[in-house]
Amino acid sequence: MMEPIFFYGFGGLAVVTALLMVTRVNPIASAVWLVVCFFAFAALFITLEAHFIGVIQVLLYAGAIMVLFIFVIMLLNIGAEELKARTMQFSGLLGGLVTIYLIVLITLGLLKNPVRFFEPLTEGYGYVAPVGRLLFTKYLVPFELTSVLLLVAIVGSVVMGKRKL
Amino acid sequence: MDYAIAALKTASIFLVVISIVPVLIWLERKGAAYIQDRRGPNRAAILGVRLGGLINSLNDVVKLLFKEDIIPANVNKPLFILAPMIAFFVATITLAVIPFADPIQLGSTKLLLQVADLDAGLLYVFAVSSLGVYGVMLAGWAANNKYSLLGGLRSAAQMVSYEVSLGLAVVGIFLMAGSLKLTDIVAYQGSNLFHWNILLQPVAFFIFLTALFAETNRLPFDLPEGESELVAGFHVEYSSMKFALFFMAEYAHIIVGSCIITTLFFGGWHIPFVPVDLIRMNAELVAQGLWIGFAIFSILGGGLLVRRFKKGKYGDLRDYEPLVIGAPGILIGFALLGLFAIFAQDWEFLPWGKNIFIATLQAGVFLAKVLFFCFFFIWVRWTLPRFRYDQLMRLGWKVMLPLALINILVTGWVVLQS
Repeated sequence: MMEPIFFYGFGGLAVVTALLMVTRVNPIASAVWLVVCFFAFAALFITLEAHFIGVIQVLLYAGAIMVLFIFVIMLLNIGAEELKARTMQFSGLLGGLVTIYLIVLITLGLLKNPVRFFEPLTEGYGYVAPVGRLLFTKYLVPFELTSVLLLVAIVGSVVMGKRKL
Repeated sequence: MDYAIAALKTASIFLVVISIVPVLIWLERKGAAYIQDRRGPNRAAILGVRLGGLINSLNDVVKLLFKEDIIPANVNKPLFILAPMIAFFVATITLAVIPFADPIQLGSTKLLLQVADLDAGLLYVFAVSSLGVYGVMLAGWAANNKYSLLGGLRSAAQMVSYEVSLGLAVVGIFLMAGSLKLTDIVAYQGSNLFHWNILLQPVAFFIFLTALFAETNRLPFDLPEGESELVAGFHVEYSSMKFALFFMAEYAHIIVGSCIITTLFFGGWHIPFVPVDLIRMNAELVAQGLWIGFAIFSILGGGLLVRRFKKGKYGDLRDYEPLVIGAPGILIGFALLGLFAIFAQDWEFLPWGKNIFIATLQAGVFLAKVLFFCFFFIWVRWTLPRFRYDQLMRLGWKVMLPLALINILVTGWVVLQS
């Protein structure tokens, strides 16, 4: 009985905070709203029984990646004024057009295929052990490839950052 | 009904933390004083009763509540107000997954003594504690002060660095217990002292402990508020209850950290070498022993206090403090002995009473371990000097991270062999 309330509540929160994130002028305020948005997303995952993904969402995105974002924004000390001139430029126009195209695409897709319900998953599908088992059996190769990609990114950033090792 | 119980549990845990915080502040001041060879707080008194300086904490609370709340000009107001709230909120909700005792069996219902037994257990702890950095960072930035900004940046770098070792240190425990649930980890350790993770995973323990000190921003890693360089770091501009929230968050972090150490490495609520079944079979005996023990403790403690009564030591109401506390202690002790003599011939626990008694005992043992580690935090703070910033980073990335990885490797190999 409470699940739908939580689901729609957090879903609405995610939408509202995402909108706030896009519309804020101050970059730090934007980043903070994005953190709240990630939090709402994690809550959505948890109402969908995907505990592992939900917790990882908070741990990695809200707790680590956004911290670094805010860290960089603070270090560069970008004020609201410096960003204002660039908001109505070509890139913004292009981004808006792409977004509208995406929305139209999704709406058309939904209209073409009638909405059907998926079969309910088994209890505890999104818990840690089942997800881990899937990662290390069925999806082992993509998982390892992702880690190689991350390694490349780390090595690349070290090389870029430190010319003289 | 379930939601009501959950809300009740949440409220009671919050109350426990709130009420331990002033005691910890008292313990910190007294501990600091005795480590530095002085007497510590002992002046504040209500009608001459000082309780060894505890009344000072009460004074602090009143002072912080009634102080003027200053919001400086040119601060980012919403974030300035939000930051202390985040700090305290994050520090307290971590306790939601800590098991305080065995579940209580009341008839057909099973009452868990933790708010939520999440499957992701410890990951939840890490996830929530990783949000703690926002309180410090946003406070540092919103205050529009260069000292506080530097403090916020330092703390962000420090907490992100040490989170890595913190997380990797406990992977060995997951491998051995085969679960992330804190209840499973406690059950895996059992009541045999030689099977506790402190002896099975000593390297993990030391890495975890060190990283935890960095996460709580306590000395030797309190660079975010290093007084000699940054005045007070990220909370320079804060006053009144906003400052108090940061202050309380720090102590709440200590409590939470101690709870996690106890759960992961020191067998949670298990009493060393005394299995739960043994207590369950002899519950009446244990209860009687505790009763008599408490009575004797009360009489002896009261007697000791009464003996310290000396008229004319201060020449005012403070003279009578040992009497005021000691005499009731003796009386209560004798009353307990008398009650024991009358009622304790032949009685048995009701089934639910027995369960509640055992759970209380376990929660008491858990709290005792937690308080020891709280004291340990204070002990370290007043013993070790502060690290330099480059030393801090070197320790985190070049020493603890490789050690944690090696620990995982060795543990994995051992688990595979057995």
